[in-house]
Order: sequence, then structure tokens, then C-alpha cells
Amino acid sequence: MIREDSFGVVLFESVSHALRAEKIMKTENIPCKLIPVPRRLSSDCGVCMRFSAAQREQVERALAGKLEHFEIVML
Amino acid sequence: MEVVYLDNAATSYPKPQTTLDAMMRYQQEIGGSPGRSGHRLSIDAGRIVHETRETLARLFNVDDPLRIVFTKNATEALNIALSGLLKPGDHVITTGMEHNSVMRPLRFLASQGVDLTVVPCSDRGEIDPDDIRAVFRANTRAVVLTHASNVTGTIMPIQEIGALTRTRGDIVLCVDAAQTAGALPIDAAAMGVDLLAFTGHKSLFGPQGTGGLYIRKGLDEHIGPLMRGGTGSRSEFEEQPDFMPDKYECGTPNTIGLAGLGAGAAYILAQGVATVREKEEVLTRRFLDHLQAFDGDVTLYGPRSAQDRIPLISFNIRDISPSDAALYLDEKWGILCRPGLHCAPAAHRTIGTFPQGTVRFSFGFFNTEEQVDLAAEALRNLLDG
Repeated sequence: MIREDSFGVVLFESVSHALRAEKIMKTENIPCKLIPVPRRLSSDCGVCMRFSAAQREQVERALAGKLEHFEIVML
Repeated sequence: MEVVYLDNAATSYPKPQTTLDAMMRYQQEIGGSPGRSGHRLSIDAGRIVHETRETLARLFNVDDPLRIVFTKNATEALNIALSGLLKPGDHVITTGMEHNSVMRPLRFLASQGVDLTVVPCSDRGEIDPDDIRAVFRANTRAVVLTHASNVTGTIMPIQEIGALTRTRGDIVLCVDAAQTAGALPIDAAAMGVDLLAFTGHKSLFGPQGTGGLYIRKGLDEHIGPLMRGGTGSRSEFEEQPDFMPDKYECGTPNTIGLAGLGAGAAYILAQGVATVREKEEVLTRRFLDHLQAFDGDVTLYGPRSAQDRIPLISFNIRDISPSDAALYLDEKWGILCRPGLHCAPAAHRTIGTFPQGTVRFSFGFFNTEEQVDLAAEALRNLLDG
């Protein structure tokens, strides 16, 4: 069962990639927010993209083929 | 006295109001360091830089904005490209019309063991693509040339040369678009361009301190960076990242400048490069027509027709030195132009004006037909007086 307020984050190689992903989310109307990477996660880039856990599939589909080197981690 | 600014080839002036507004807005309302901290102002700053990258990608028909590296000017972009790509034992081809931002790195690299061939151009600054192909060798690594001369305004046949390098398959085409980005249509893919160096502060209407280098996908693996340092990425590691654009962008960027460049480039896109080109061609034609009336008193250099040149015209007036002419025009008429060698001694050698140089007028999108007429009137006065 997915809690209503549970999130996932997309980790990126660099901020440029994070901003690219944010644009893709906007065109697909998937709500997201760029936030500092949570302490316990390790990332090449200090900014990650948080999304609602319920939308994980949409996020993956939207980014597939458009962005290289990203990683999705559920919180 | 109001100035008539005819030195747009050096830097464009004035800028569109949107360029100035964007710079002020960034510094007053955002001010953050792009991509470094995770807070909202840092992310907003990062968005501006990204937006500018996307606008330029649209302008040059580049599909991935991350293929565009920001530099402080076209000279830095060319240095990254040439020093990064060429190794001792490589052969590189260039033309006799290049600016020192191409020639100085190439001459230095030649002193370090790179083989350099300079293909001569006509006395109007034209290059024959067949002359370039004729000097291809097995170890030719790159052809480097300007899109248009900053001395004669001659537009070079990039598309034809790109077809030659594409046919060879293993030769990189590096183009200096300092005088053409924003003024002539540039489709990097269609023209076969692998490396495109551009400046932000001329026809792209950004401020000084901005420019960039487009690197075709796959080529970055073969080009070392000029600088290494902090990128806000891979911060756990003390090695420079190997991905675009971070590999070539370290240290805090000129964010206020990139905000301005983004607005300037957006302005050009909104007007349409074709519209800009049409207006500038009209101004050029008008001035060339005026020059015809001067007959033997004014020597014109470069192509005779406006469509073969960017809006930049070099000429000499009878026995008057270029610097005397330029001073007269500035002091008596408020007409501002550039005399001398224009940082391109090679070009002046090619057209026969070395070492005295020429007077250069360079029109821009904000110049008017009245200003062109005034410039002609000033020349008439100079000749009669």
C-alpha cells in the first residue's frame, strides 16, 4: 500500500540534468519539486527531484529516453 | 552630440531593453549561485542558466542543450576546442582570413608539433572549398575557419566545407561564429559543424563576458578541458567530471551575464534571424550604393554584393590613414567605428592592407538608414575638407 504522503526522488549527475528533468515534468504536468538531496542518500549532484510515490511510473516513463544517468529512489 | 554606433562587430550597442531587465532582475530578485546550493534562489539561478542553454540550442538547431558549454567569450571557446582537440602529429587546416583568436592558438600549437596548413583566400576574402579538400592528408584532424570575416565581411561556404569533412568522416569541422551567431542562420547539424564557437555580446545581444562552445555528441570524449575545478557535481570526488557540460564549466559562472544572454538570444528568436538578416542586408546595400558614388576616392574591400557579406564593411579613403579617418568621424560626427588591423593581421595580409589596416563600419539591427546616409555624408565631408 502506498501512503498518500510518501515520496520518491530522482537523483541526477548534475544540476543541468535536474533542471532538464524538471522541464520534462512540467510539460507532462507531473508535479515535482527540486530539493537538496536527503542526507542519507548519496548523489553526484546536490539537488534531486522529489515526486509523489503514486506517480513513480509516470515519472519513469516521462524521463525514459530523454535523460541519461538518473536514478529513482523511493523514500 | 548623439553617437552613431557603427562598431557592432566589436560589440553590439545598444542592447534590447529585455537584456538589461533580465540582468537586473537576476541580481535584484535571485542572485543565487546556480547549481551549487539546494535552496530556492540557487535553483532559480540554475533555471536561468538552463533556460539560456535551451534558447541557444533552439537557435543553432542543437537537440540536446547540454551540448552547449558556456565560456566567457568566443576566444575561450576556440581555445578549449583547439588546445583540447589537437595533439602533436595532428594536421590542422585553416584559412588566410582568420581572427587572432584562431591564429594565435594554432601558431602556438604549431610550435608544439601540430602541423598547420593555412589555405590562401582571394583578395576579397573568399575561400574555395576545393582548395581545402586539396590539402587533406591522412592525419588531418580538423578544419578550423570563420563563418564570416571580421575584416571584409565575407561569408564563408561552411555548408560546402562541412560536406567535405563529413564525406571524409574523420575530420572535425570547427567554426568560429563570433560574427554570425544571431546574424546569419546557423544549423549545426545541417551544416556538418562539429564544434561551434560563439560569443554572447555581438549579434546575440548579451553582455560582454558571455559566449560558448557547441560540441557535437561523442566529440567531447576527445577534447580535454582547459580548466579544472568545482562544478557542483560529483562533489565527493577530486577528479573533473567527464560529462557535459560540467567537464568544461567549473567555478561560478557569469550568471548575471547568462541571464542577459538568454534574454538577448530570445529577442533574436522572437524577431527571427531571417528578419534580422534582411534588415542588415538592406543597410549594407544602402551603404555600398553610397560608396559607389565615391568612385576612386574610396577603396572597398571584400565582396561587392550585400548578400555575400555580413553587415561589416572595410574601406580606405584615398591617402588618409584609417586612424585619422576614424578620429575625424568620432570627433566631428559622433560616428564610431574601428580602424586598424581588427585583431586579424592574416586577413589584412590577404587583402593587401597590412600593416596600415582599414576603416571598418559594422552595422547592427538597431542602426537606421538615416545613420547610413549620415555616415556617407561624413565621408564626403572628409574627402572634400
